[in-house]
Amino acid sequence: MTYETVLGGAILVAVIAYALGGGADFGGGMWDLLATGTRAERQRQAIEDAIGPIWEANHVWLILALVLLFSAFPPAFAAIMTALNIPLTIVLIGIVLRAAAFVFRKYDVHPDAVHRRWSTVFGIASFLTPFFLGLCLGALGSGEIRWQDGQAITGFFAGWTRPFAVGCGLFAQGLFAFLAATYLAVDTTADPELQDDFRRRALLSGVSLAPAAALVFWISMNGAPDIFEGLTRWWAPILLALTSACAIGALISLWVRSFRVARLLAVGQVSLILIGWGLAQYPYLLVPDITLASAATADATLRMLTWTLVAGSLLLLPSFWYLFRVFKGRRP
Amino acid sequence: MALSLGFHIIFAVIGIGMPVLMAIAERRWLRTGDDVYLDLAKRWAKGTAILFAVGAASGTVLSFELGLLWPGFMEFAGGIIGMPFSLEGFAFFSEAIFLGLYLYGWDRLSRRAHWLCGVLVAVSGLASAVFVVIANAWMNAPTGFEMIDGRITAIDPIAAMRNPASVQQVVHMVLAAYATTGFAVASVHAWFLLRNPDNAFHRRALGIAVLLGVICAPLQLLSGDRLAKMAARLQPAKFAAMEAHYHTESGAPLVLGGLPDSDAMETRLAVRVPRMLSVLAHGDVSAEVTGLDSVPRDDWPNVAIVHWAFDTMVACGTVLLVLAAWVALRRLRRRDLAGSRPLLRSLLLAGPLGFIAIETGWVVTEVGRQPWIIQGVMRTEQAVTPMPGLVVPFVLFAALYILLFVILLFVLRRQFLETVPGSEAEAIPA
Repeated sequence: MTYETVLGGAILVAVIAYALGGGADFGGGMWDLLATGTRAERQRQAIEDAIGPIWEANHVWLILALVLLFSAFPPAFAAIMTALNIPLTIVLIGIVLRAAAFVFRKYDVHPDAVHRRWSTVFGIASFLTPFFLGLCLGALGSGEIRWQDGQAITGFFAGWTRPFAVGCGLFAQGLFAFLAATYLAVDTTADPELQDDFRRRALLSGVSLAPAAALVFWISMNGAPDIFEGLTRWWAPILLALTSACAIGALISLWVRSFRVARLLAVGQVSLILIGWGLAQYPYLLVPDITLASAATADATLRMLTWTLVAGSLLLLPSFWYLFRVFKGRRP
Repeated sequence: MALSLGFHIIFAVIGIGMPVLMAIAERRWLRTGDDVYLDLAKRWAKGTAILFAVGAASGTVLSFELGLLWPGFMEFAGGIIGMPFSLEGFAFFSEAIFLGLYLYGWDRLSRRAHWLCGVLVAVSGLASAVFVVIANAWMNAPTGFEMIDGRITAIDPIAAMRNPASVQQVVHMVLAAYATTGFAVASVHAWFLLRNPDNAFHRRALGIAVLLGVICAPLQLLSGDRLAKMAARLQPAKFAAMEAHYHTESGAPLVLGGLPDSDAMETRLAVRVPRMLSVLAHGDVSAEVTGLDSVPRDDWPNVAIVHWAFDTMVACGTVLLVLAAWVALRRLRRRDLAGSRPLLRSLLLAGPLGFIAIETGWVVTEVGRQPWIIQGVMRTEQAVTPMPGLVVPFVLFAALYILLFVILLFVLRRQFLETVPGSEAEAIPA
């Protein structure tokens, strides 16, 4: 296996980790906005308690993916950032507003009108950011962004304004909402009423994912022919079966209230979906002009990066494990 | 981009300095069992958390902006400076992890483990500063590659990171971050002590904060001197602009202030210290110092901006140094810091000086390098995005940052000014 494949895989892993962690934090923000009824305040508090300790660490996965992309595949970074300038700028605004709103809510001592307004900002940013992130990922595979001689010859609107990208955006939103509700059902074990609330939400969003996934697949036939072709290779049925098994298993576990199993299966489901996307897109970074190999930088850098990754993981994974054990582990 | 960096540098500096203060405070609590220190550590941790969240957001914006605004630069140099950026990513990761543990782990971790998390936050903050500054140093002193037909080949990322500017720049920046945070925090607590001189909480806080400043300010003088000597050697155009030094000569005078006029090639109304520039640049009263006349006119940075930024930075640093000496003197004579109102007032006023020094220092290194984005290799206009209407994102990001800043001040104010810490703690007799 070549270094660029390893690093491409590492980027995919970072994206998956970001979806599982940061994505769920976005989902939490969505449920925060949608919190209703007599228990709304308690729901919000549960979401805040769940996100608080880990959300900065979750956020770093996105930065890691970006940094790897520009270190290992500089031309791809340049191309993506140029062609998707507009939606990525919107993503950024969303991230900044969310951070600001979260800080405000968390550390502001007076629960007054200003405070509530910031909660709304937090919720809205949580809805929009994943949508535009999904949009961008979808656009990468659409094949509509063309890059020649260091120029984005298709301009600044190609790819991400098409139905396929929009479908990916909506799908990402649904996925994150489902993840968040499933996690929260585990986190609220101490409060059965809240747990019921989040169980209902998880079931609702989980069930709606199936037709959404089918729709995105159907649009990809025209909207992203290379991805569609990728999804019909020999490994595709196996992956599809596994993903479906996870999805159905997660829903059943939610139904019978085995929330820890449900969380595990939801994680499996999201990971498999993203792995499927990664495999379908391989070896392209930006379909059809930029591949892992064509965008890879000098060998020396790739080698160094790979070993840095290994060393860094040895340092970081235990820290990460410790963080999650302290805050998400079973409590006596 | 410049604007974003200008904001980010402030958050980043506090993100490097605050954990140190917070870890020292907790350490003292562990040692002495004095609960005022615990309260202090907790409050400083809150401040750190707020600033870190905002800093992380502005840092994310930056890493995107690298590509959104400078695709040419990233395509060209990503393979080289990606290395320190990746390492920085890891450092940032561990900072986020341990900050989460620190902030939310007060009652879930043992005291020692908790303190260790605080130390790790400080160490990671330091490490990320080191790596980012290395990347910047490379832009000043590019090494570790060969240029063939305008493309970079034979990349050696390690050699690039060991470029000659790295060590000096890193030391200078880290000391600046510590000294600035120390004095800024001291300023806040001095304000409280002016109103309520017997408050035990603020007395202890002031003690720790000035300690950091007093240690780092004099070291900064040494580091600044070495950095200037290096710039004189590697980037004569930058050095000449810093000093508004137009004509190459030996035994050159040091120009302070004045109005640099690049067309007339002279600086009017300036104070001149004979032969001083030669000493500063090369440690020899009669050494020859390269002036701007030895550099093609096209390769000049904006002399007035660089010169004034440099002099402002040095002035701020000098004031802080004097202040540090004052504090140290009072300490050596075992006199109470909070007992001197003039000292408290000066500390209060000196709070922003460190930030001014950092911002102007950053202007010196960036504007001083113009028109190059990578010294001697790539010009800034070759690196910028082809995207039309750059004004739109610029205004947008400016608005976002101003918003962030206002929120930050607002939250910090509500957090710290409207609650009175240590008021119930008994006052220590002066």
